[in-house]
Amino acid sequence: MANIHYRPFEGCTTGFYGVLAVLAGVLLAALGAAWYMEHNGHWVTGMTNQVIWGTPHVFAVFLIVAASGALNVASISSVFGRALYKPLSRLSGLLAVALLAGGLMVLVLDLGRPDRLIVAMTYYNFKSIFAWNIFLYVGFFAVVIVYLWMMMERKMNVYSKPVGLFAFTWRLILTTGTGSIFGFLVARDAYNSAVLAPMFIVFSFAYGLAIYLLVLMAAMKGSGRDLGDVVFTRLRRLLGVFIAGSFYFVLVYHLTNLYIAQRHGIEEFILLNGGIYTQMFWIGQMLVGGLIPMVICFHNGLGRSRALVTLACLLVVIGGLAQMYVTIIGGQAFPMQLLPDKTLVSSGFFDGVVASYRPSLPEILLGVGGVAIALLLTAVAVRALPFLPESLADAVADPHHKAA
Amino acid sequence: MTINRRGFLGISGAAIAVSAVAPGLRLIELAEGRAPDQAVTPKQRWGLLIDAAKCADGCTACIDACHEENGVTGNNRPATDPQWIRKVTVEDNTTGFRQSFPVMCQHCEHPPCVDVCPTGASFKRADGIVLVDKHTCIGCRYCMMACPYKARSFIHEVTTGQKTHAPRGKGTVESCTLCVHKVDRGDNTTACAVACKKEGHEAILFGDLNDPGSEIRKRLKQKPSTQLRPDLKLNTGVRYQGV
Repeated sequence: MANIHYRPFEGCTTGFYGVLAVLAGVLLAALGAAWYMEHNGHWVTGMTNQVIWGTPHVFAVFLIVAASGALNVASISSVFGRALYKPLSRLSGLLAVALLAGGLMVLVLDLGRPDRLIVAMTYYNFKSIFAWNIFLYVGFFAVVIVYLWMMMERKMNVYSKPVGLFAFTWRLILTTGTGSIFGFLVARDAYNSAVLAPMFIVFSFAYGLAIYLLVLMAAMKGSGRDLGDVVFTRLRRLLGVFIAGSFYFVLVYHLTNLYIAQRHGIEEFILLNGGIYTQMFWIGQMLVGGLIPMVICFHNGLGRSRALVTLACLLVVIGGLAQMYVTIIGGQAFPMQLLPDKTLVSSGFFDGVVASYRPSLPEILLGVGGVAIALLLTAVAVRALPFLPESLADAVADPHHKAA
Repeated sequence: MTINRRGFLGISGAAIAVSAVAPGLRLIELAEGRAPDQAVTPKQRWGLLIDAAKCADGCTACIDACHEENGVTGNNRPATDPQWIRKVTVEDNTTGFRQSFPVMCQHCEHPPCVDVCPTGASFKRADGIVLVDKHTCIGCRYCMMACPYKARSFIHEVTTGQKTHAPRGKGTVESCTLCVHKVDRGDNTTACAVACKKEGHEAILFGDLNDPGSEIRKRLKQKPSTQLRPDLKLNTGVRYQGV
């Protein structure tokens, strides 16, 4: 491989500042929404005592899962020694940090008492997977920033492999922790499953790479740099593999549940008669977020189109949000039972009925704000520091490549 | 029967000894009780026994009393208003038999809410009462996700009419405290149990599950009882009979 040259985004084009302004605007709206919700209390949102975690959690968990997945591109280079991915690594680390920051901002601003963040940082219950996650998230920032330093400082380059391996291990544990937030919940039929942890890891591969590819295509095009077919084709096919992997885990998860009589209720709810959740599962998660983008990624004709692959990446993101909606909100909406062989028919507290939930505007704004801050951080960083290679043209990325 | 002088003296002596020692023994027993400034111990395991057969349809005395006692007020928004105790109706899947009974925090020996709480705000006292520390609750609501009984409420809006013994605050989580202030005062009962008794139903009995001599233990020994979600093996402090 030829020497790779990295350069910050040059030029102060109005387009770039326009993007920054829009993102900043969305972020401001999100902060306003968070203030509104905290000031009035959560009753102004769609959340209730039945659906406890709402749309902000859908976005937050999605972003956190995607953050760990975005680091994969760098891991493939450092840990698995694939030279083709080396010029892609810096952006991978940057996106990982930015997406995690976005997810955590949403999570923290949706707390009942976000002002008590210091309490969360000073009081720990080490049996809580949430407490572990606080360490995993904060540690992830530190590890990835050090990893970026190893990659970006020539003198430190020799350490990028061991640090990369450490970061890769950390991200696997982090996503295990995120999946286990749900996996360790014994009370609800939709959760309480060890498969949720590896399933979230494979989801993260797909979500992270989809966002990575979107940002890479936009950034290279926006700065007038080449993104050749060699890198492009490799990444889109890899995305196809990750989507297929997600399918596999979803299949195992549901087959396991279908085998357990106690879980027939939740499976019937998600797969057959859960209304919006069933639609979100089949249309959102499976068709829009899975089948269509997988076909585009693997199809050599369709996959050649940059526009179609951009669409495929967007669909993976939409499908990922649908998946989180089904898992997080669908899992809560389905009623819990108190006694075996008895059905809860009524109560003064919505027992035995499917809980209703409608996302409110402030919740959606806060969630989208997480995406905005992630993109804003990325945009500012690529403007200020050399994260992006000058070129990813085929001749640069792969010297053995011969133009057809 | 005639008692000789020696016998009389013997019996009298024994009676005097018993009357002298017995109060002392009673004092030891009392001394083992807890002063307000002493920490709670695992010697007690406070709990409730709910007899569903005695719970009257349509009666909400326990709910009203609980919310009155603890200053739990709502804003006419059922989905977000807090509930520390509620009445549920269950129907047998095979026979269609219906019955109602109250459900509140089950004060588990292995409370999932305590396991998942990141800051340790959700905690269990040595005497089995599960509580929320209002100073360290960050309002993440993970405990509500974890509770199999839907026993906890998130305070969705500004609270008014708080009682000094039951602090409540917007943005934190709360649930039945087993009237911990009454327990610590030595009332040996809860507001719901008192109200139910007053209504003449006596469906709720408070007591020490560790004390073989307590009424709750005696009644649990006499008749079969169950826990809610027995499959989870949480060893709840609230037991049910007649379901």
